[in-house]
Amino acid sequence: MAQGKFAYPEVLVDTGWADQHKEDSAVRIVEVDVDTKAYADGHIPGAVGWNWQTQLSDNIRRDLVPKSELEKLLGESGIDKNTTVLLYGDNNNWFAAWAFWQLKIYGHKDVRLINGGRKKWIAEGRSLSQDDPQLQKRTYKASEADFSIRAYLQDILGNAGDVSRVAFIDVRSGDEYTGKILSPPGLPETCQRGGHVPKAVNVPWGKNVNEDGTFKSVEELKALYEPLGVKPDKEVVAYCRIGERSSLTWFVLKYLLGFKNVKNYDGSWTEWGNLVNAPIARGERA
Amino acid sequence: MSTLVPEEYRERTERVPPFKMHVVSYRLGDNFYCIVDNVDPGANISRAKASTREEAESKAIAKAKERLEYSASRIQDI
Repeated sequence: MAQGKFAYPEVLVDTGWADQHKEDSAVRIVEVDVDTKAYADGHIPGAVGWNWQTQLSDNIRRDLVPKSELEKLLGESGIDKNTTVLLYGDNNNWFAAWAFWQLKIYGHKDVRLINGGRKKWIAEGRSLSQDDPQLQKRTYKASEADFSIRAYLQDILGNAGDVSRVAFIDVRSGDEYTGKILSPPGLPETCQRGGHVPKAVNVPWGKNVNEDGTFKSVEELKALYEPLGVKPDKEVVAYCRIGERSSLTWFVLKYLLGFKNVKNYDGSWTEWGNLVNAPIARGERA
Repeated sequence: MSTLVPEEYRERTERVPPFKMHVVSYRLGDNFYCIVDNVDPGANISRAKASTREEAESKAIAKAKERLEYSASRIQDI
């Protein structure tokens, strides 16, 4: 049986394509890792490294990077409005997807993920560099932020439990969803309570990808979501612990499956799990 | 710009009850790198570099075990 096509196949490139275009002046490759020191150990030759903690976040407000700072970062990375930005990173592109989501908020047209990310690149024995790239600065003028792809706490509070209209997807591991653990094993706890938003279904992010980190087929992805009531006619909100794993699921639903109304709740469990008087469900898995 | 090719790539999974860890190591130039993730959900939890694979893995695994054992002590009753 022929496989269905992704809704927007142009947002995904394979490692071979990235390798062929890594010196293309119209293309800028950017590595965004959870482990902010991984870039220095070796990155795709010519790739810029962005630190999600200091360059893609406003740590005072606990918010996304402000528009003016993003413009500066992009310009200094040799990116203008016409540049094709290829994002990749560790943990199967968690923070690369988060950067993708932010670039879409600020209106960058041509952003793509390298399918399989850093792990696949290394497993395939493709070349790495430990040198910083020589960059020619450009001027970048971002669009006004489009927050229609971002969910805020009030969106969740107003709709939690209304599964007829909004599908909430908790993309954390099963043990985080049930409340058995308060953070991914080995990582710091950022909430006071475990559990999940009532009526949220649990589709761990990793179910979206194959063993080698590449995304599953359209048919396989639909089979994950549709039986749980996550369908294109609904508003869908994805969340995790701090919003990066859910960026990857947001990417899958919006760009691979073509859902029209998908939002990433980047406040995620770090916000909800610390709220006074917020409803929480524990134990059961959908 | 000088480039290096990652070689001798290896991966395996080990148990640190009740969790698992996934250990990846490879050689890049004169150094071996080791990265350990927690399998579910797949987050990197430690990393090390050394002149031999054994040393890089030993350092990264020791850190990972310490972190996973702490998480195991924090499991909640539900």
